[in-house]
Amino acid sequence: MKLLIKGGRVIDPENRMDEVLDLLVEGDKISKAEKNIKCPADKIIDAADKIVIPGLVDLHAHLREPGREDKETVLSATRAALKGGVTTILAMPNTSPAMDSPENVALLQEIIRRDAQTNVLICGAITMARQGRELTDIAGLKKAGVRAVSDDGSAVDNEQLFFEALKKAKEEKVLVTCHCEDRLLSNKGVVNLGFTSTRLGLRGISRESEYKRIERDICLAEKAKASIHIAHVSCKESVEIIAIAKKRGVHLTCEACPHHFSLSEEDVLDYDANKKMNPPLRGKEDVEAIRQGLKDGIIDAIASDHAPHTENEKDIEFERAEFGVIGLETMLAVSITELVSGGILNWPNLVRRMSLGPAKILGLDKGTLGAGCVADIAVVDPEKEWTVEKGGFVSKSRNSAFLGRKLKGVVEYTIHNGIIAYPFDNGICR
Amino acid sequence: MKEKARVLDNQAMSRSLSRIAHEILEHNRGTDNLAIVGIRSRGAYLAQRLAEGIKKIDGKEIPVGILDITLYRDDLTLLAAQPVVRKTEISFDITDKNIILVDDVLYTGRTIRCALSELIDFGRPKTIQLAVLVDRGHRELPIRADYVGKNIPTSQNETVEVRLEETDGRDEVAIVEK
Amino acid sequence: MTWTRKDLLGLEYLSREEINLILETAESFKEVSSRDIKKVPALRGKTVVNLFYEPSTRTRVSFEVAAKRLSADVINIASETSSVRKGETLIDTGKNIEALKADILVIRHNYSGAANMLAEHLNISVVNAGDGWHEHPTQALLDIFTLKEKLGRIEGLEVVIVGDISHSRVARSNIWGLNKLGAKVTVCAPKMLIPAGIERMGARISYNIDQALENADAVNVLRMQFERDNEEAFPKQLEYFKDFGITRERLKRAKKNILVMHPGPINRGIELSSEVADGPGSVILEQVTNGIAVRMAVLFLTAQAGEEKK
Repeated sequence: MKLLIKGGRVIDPENRMDEVLDLLVEGDKISKAEKNIKCPADKIIDAADKIVIPGLVDLHAHLREPGREDKETVLSATRAALKGGVTTILAMPNTSPAMDSPENVALLQEIIRRDAQTNVLICGAITMARQGRELTDIAGLKKAGVRAVSDDGSAVDNEQLFFEALKKAKEEKVLVTCHCEDRLLSNKGVVNLGFTSTRLGLRGISRESEYKRIERDICLAEKAKASIHIAHVSCKESVEIIAIAKKRGVHLTCEACPHHFSLSEEDVLDYDANKKMNPPLRGKEDVEAIRQGLKDGIIDAIASDHAPHTENEKDIEFERAEFGVIGLETMLAVSITELVSGGILNWPNLVRRMSLGPAKILGLDKGTLGAGCVADIAVVDPEKEWTVEKGGFVSKSRNSAFLGRKLKGVVEYTIHNGIIAYPFDNGICR
Repeated sequence: MKEKARVLDNQAMSRSLSRIAHEILEHNRGTDNLAIVGIRSRGAYLAQRLAEGIKKIDGKEIPVGILDITLYRDDLTLLAAQPVVRKTEISFDITDKNIILVDDVLYTGRTIRCALSELIDFGRPKTIQLAVLVDRGHRELPIRADYVGKNIPTSQNETVEVRLEETDGRDEVAIVEK
Repeated sequence: MTWTRKDLLGLEYLSREEINLILETAESFKEVSSRDIKKVPALRGKTVVNLFYEPSTRTRVSFEVAAKRLSADVINIASETSSVRKGETLIDTGKNIEALKADILVIRHNYSGAANMLAEHLNISVVNAGDGWHEHPTQALLDIFTLKEKLGRIEGLEVVIVGDISHSRVARSNIWGLNKLGAKVTVCAPKMLIPAGIERMGARISYNIDQALENADAVNVLRMQFERDNEEAFPKQLEYFKDFGITRERLKRAKKNILVMHPGPINRGIELSSEVADGPGSVILEQVTNGIAVRMAVLFLTAQAGEEKK
């Protein structure tokens, strides 16, 4: 099987490539990227005026399977990913049961083998049932295939325990992803603490609850000489702390989510629970700091924090509604609209934050279009506009913070392992 | 809105009110137990003028009240045209009184119906008599005026505009085409 | 100025003109309550549903009296007896009430934003009778009405609100409303009861009640609920009364004719002394009377706008 992608602007920062080229895919690999490839192919994609980038790598998604298949499944999430140009996902462990044992990981591996439409890597739990009391068997989890560990959704409050986890993870060479939240400081809050929380009469989540915990985790990582990855950075102080730590040489990476660089606390003044997530939408200065952090490279990756919930869990009183928004299908378009069109990132840097950077964080040989690489590719129309609508999602859930928003950038094709996996009805089904 | 005819000027209006004052006194045999209640907004001013007219003739002060019938209307939506609900001000007991209810124009009779309902909630007058400056016909309810300044036959697509010194800066009545 | 909103959700959302219209309308309605027959047919044939998820006798009764004086039919639903406990969602409950062909839904809810949510999902009028810590617009309107009635104006007045500002919807609505009408508002409480960013709503902050009262024309004393939240920082009752309680001694140092208001029910000896509650400056019972006029005006105006939108 030969696939020829003709005349697109091919962007591959790993190989310092940004020019109009043809890309030839043979089998599951990219065989060459050159001008005017003349070669018979089974399928030719005309990519004139399109942008050809490595498939996105999302470091943070909740697939909900096993346990909450009414919200999302491996199948539905990976189909949503393909629509968003995402070809690799790191699945968070807060499933039911949690990914806290090699057996549970094996169970999920089985589902992934059966249903996944993209690469799905598993993030194991740090503590049993993510309760923060007893460490999981990190070595065993690693053997079962996990790439990273995290108690995402909760933080590990016990310092000693977390320190142990860092040392163990270092030995096993698995990534530690930190959900940084001091729950004593976040005080059961539901929106950003400040004028907005007071105005709405809601409990606020302080910025301290995030950045104080980031400080602690960095400090522990330094002591353990381990590397950590900070999930969903949302406020200005966090970016500053991370910048200083990086300068000091701490092995540290971090991610930010599209909603945190495109929406602010003022967007939640209508009590729309589709804008309720943790960490919450912050102030305008924070949004600016996240954008600047992405520009400066202090923030290494853009991750979706895709968190599907049913309408029953969202169309209720704001305080009772679940935290989290879906993001796989909008992460690229929001990033194009806000960051590329907004002059924050050029295309190569966007690829660094969404494909190459996250692939490196996970130690994957992905996020590039070099000859010999696995053909995970997205072909994007960068100018095409669309409106986010409830009825348009492939995900099982519709809790998007961007409903009604006009976005720029549409994924025309997603190629995974050399096969056109999206659009779904392309006639070359696997 | 085109003005078709000026049917009363200030002198004619003054003569009409003066005549009505005489008629009220004649019919009620003086001012005993007499009180006047005007319907907001122009009826209230006319009520005041009638009371002054009566005082000129008979030398007696009679009580004057103001009725705001907004809350007695049977059509909430029509109220949107009304700027603000104003107070009803009747500071005397109306029971056993002869009440002269005053409005500027008598048309369908619905306003008077509302006014009667409201008045009756304030007590039990001996009689209620109706005085209007203009009767333009087209009644939708069995209501008639006891004292009329001027009968003006009109068509449904005309309106009668009563302008008063207190509200409009001059006294006159005109027929206007809708 | 005509009223066009089918709902009343909070004073934050209203213009100065809209607030003044409600106050003017309420003035006319106050006269109705002084008649022998305290009833006008304005809302005859309309149905008002009081949906209360929090126990509240006085607000519920006030709305009920207001609706009845307008000749509306009133149905009271309290959370203990409704299907709330059976897990029906608020929106479903609202839609059921709408299906009963009710015209106005008056809602009291312990969650902030509940009234906003219902208003968005329903075509009938929604009147917020207090939602969480968010707003209690009719209470603030009656407070402002009383101030205006007693002092003749709002513009330029200095009003102190003392008590648990953090958890008070009454404080929030008062701050919005008074600010829009040109009054100066100072909130006064121990630091732990002052919510973040309140100054951006237009309130000055004071931690010293004696200083705050110095130039005040009125003090609005909030009800203190010491049983409220064990998990949160809260002052001790005795300490609070010593530092912030409104006593005759304290008022002696304030303006001579300072008005004392309270949204009720009052806790004698907890946030204010009995002497003050029953004293010459207290307008607490007049607030209750005015509450009816204000709620009549709100029901009348929202019903009228709701009718327009049908």
